[in-house]
Amino acid sequence: MDTTLPTGRRRLLQGAAGIAAGLAAPAVHAQGAVTLRYVGTAVNQHAGIKEKVKEDLGITLEYIPVTSDDVVRRAVTQPNSLDILDAEYWMLKKIIPSGNLMGMDANRIKLVNEISTVFTKGEVAGKKIGDQGTAPIKVSYLPTKDGKTFATGQTQWLTLIPTTYNADTLGIRPDRVGRPIESWAELLNPEFKGKASILNIPSIGIMDAAMAVEAMGRHKYADKGNMTRAEIDLTMRVLTEAKRAGQFRAFWKDFNESVNLMASGETVIQSMWSPAVTAVRSRGIPCTYQPLKEGYRAWAAGFGLPKTLSGRKLDAAYDFINWFLSGWAGAFLNRQGYYSAVLSTAQKSMQPFEWDFWMMGKPAAQDIKAPDGTVMEKAGSVRDGGSFEARMGAVACWNAVMDENDYMVRKWNEFIAA
Amino acid sequence: MSSSPPDRRPMGRPVAPLLQAAPLALVLLLFFVFPLLATAVVSLWNYTEYSLVPDVTQRNYVEMFEGCSNLGEGLCTTFRTYLSTLRLCAMVWAFTTLFGFAISYFLAFHIRSDTMRMALFLVCTAPFLTSNVIRMISWLPLLGREGVVNQFLISTGVVDQPQDWLLFSDFSVVLAFVHLYTLFVTVPVFNSMMRIDRRLLEAAQDAGASGWQTLWHVVIPLTKPGLVIGSIFVIVLVMGDFVTIGVMGGQQIASIGKVIQVQMSYLQFPAAAAQAVVLLGLVLLVIAVMTRLIDIRREL
Repeated sequence: MDTTLPTGRRRLLQGAAGIAAGLAAPAVHAQGAVTLRYVGTAVNQHAGIKEKVKEDLGITLEYIPVTSDDVVRRAVTQPNSLDILDAEYWMLKKIIPSGNLMGMDANRIKLVNEISTVFTKGEVAGKKIGDQGTAPIKVSYLPTKDGKTFATGQTQWLTLIPTTYNADTLGIRPDRVGRPIESWAELLNPEFKGKASILNIPSIGIMDAAMAVEAMGRHKYADKGNMTRAEIDLTMRVLTEAKRAGQFRAFWKDFNESVNLMASGETVIQSMWSPAVTAVRSRGIPCTYQPLKEGYRAWAAGFGLPKTLSGRKLDAAYDFINWFLSGWAGAFLNRQGYYSAVLSTAQKSMQPFEWDFWMMGKPAAQDIKAPDGTVMEKAGSVRDGGSFEARMGAVACWNAVMDENDYMVRKWNEFIAA
Repeated sequence: MSSSPPDRRPMGRPVAPLLQAAPLALVLLLFFVFPLLATAVVSLWNYTEYSLVPDVTQRNYVEMFEGCSNLGEGLCTTFRTYLSTLRLCAMVWAFTTLFGFAISYFLAFHIRSDTMRMALFLVCTAPFLTSNVIRMISWLPLLGREGVVNQFLISTGVVDQPQDWLLFSDFSVVLAFVHLYTLFVTVPVFNSMMRIDRRLLEAAQDAGASGWQTLWHVVIPLTKPGLVIGSIFVIVLVMGDFVTIGVMGGQQIASIGKVIQVQMSYLQFPAAAAQAVVLLGLVLLVIAVMTRLIDIRREL
């Protein structure tokens, strides 16, 4: 992407806006602008959000994009190197016991009661959704501000304030598959020998494998996100058999690899992330984010605050989070196919036809455009999987850290070596 | 600097050379010896999901070699991983040595003019001005199922099905490595060859040696130091690699580097440190054997 020129100009404008805002709001700027160091994966770190925050709040966000592994590593080993942590909920099982995150005070979050019931009750439209794995409802609350364990019910102290979440499934090339795909079992179907792929991120890869194993009827897991050793052995055995039989063309580790595998025709069915499917489609190559009858593997991310944060930075962080929930950012993220925490405010910031397409699963009344103006979906198309209720309501399990994580990682290495 | 005579300590040892060596010694101590020691120490620590526990435990080594004594059920993960890494390493070493030697031989003995020789040598190094990741990734669109090579093979009727072994296989990994590392052999071998006294070759010819005999009895023995140095480069680079094997092997081929990377990403630093210590030991052993066979310092 070529951003050199616009950035320069943008900086200039930001500077000018900062000066103007400084004159208008001396109370905020009297002590100099606050800068918040924002550590997270690049998923939510958009230049658009950064500009808007600067404009609306006068707060400068310093994006520090790292891999999801590094998010955990930073939070556990260097909590002083950040002011805002954009973490996924499964990471909390590693981060919270370190005591490096504070419980966020619900009284300081204005829209706390508006946060999606996915997080507060584990429900969508009054219906319980799958909670296997590290479901956000299990790790959203702390018993006290300094808690190192999770509370069972709702409390005043929140671990993360949700930013984005989504339901993941398999991506397929409908032109190459040539028939309807309805089940996770197809991932291991010999029909697609040498044309399938899963991700080489052990904790997520094994859950996709578990969805397939269960769909094939080989085992019913009590909790796919927290397997026993015997279940790990079984799952890895099935995967190893498939690998030795040449089922997998390759494993992928990052977003771009998954896009290239699919776009170049190396694979026709693989675990995938929603924006990667969009990326393949934007090259003019047909790709479907296929809803499957066994349901989705979901994930969720949110903002956490390091315990060391205090004073003006803490206030600024709460201001930023409140701003994030107030609609503009939510609409921004919804338009990319993610879901935002407070849907009611996001709806107000979206055009009705956008809301109908992204959230209601209705055919697009007009072309759906990306933030940069390129057409993502033509008028008349329907979102894969349909509405928010249809997609999030069909969640089967959540990205997770297992109790037997060590063992699982060793078994995964064994599988790669097999 | 003043040119006063060096101070003499009571024992009569000059201080100046020690002072002169001190900066390098300090740098090595700080950035080489200390991290290495730290790795060795951490490899004995215990760990949990979210913390390192300073301790003296054999856990990391025990878990690494778990099941390795029982050969009845096939090789354990660690042995299999090392075997896979060593196998790739051997193939890459063989090809880079062959090509590196051939290229150097051509440059050193077949090109007559010095200007031409230097020009061609620079041409060899030109691809290395781009990032090695880019050089590696550019193979993907060539070798893929619908890539250039397969399209060519199918259109010319050599094959009727796209060839899957071209990519995400041992072949593609070795190909990328050879592409990346041949220069590391070419340079030291070329250097050794340029130092060979041409009169030796003439003498061999006068004594009635054939071209092959000259190559085998004169050129190769005299280029051994270059070959060993090049081999050390290649072996060290391949043994520790996880990016090339990962990308070109479709993440399906085991390598020690990958195992270490996975463990690091799951905050299992002590386990990764233990793997690193074993890997280091093995590589040092290989290098020790090679330098025992040929005394590089004497030959230089």
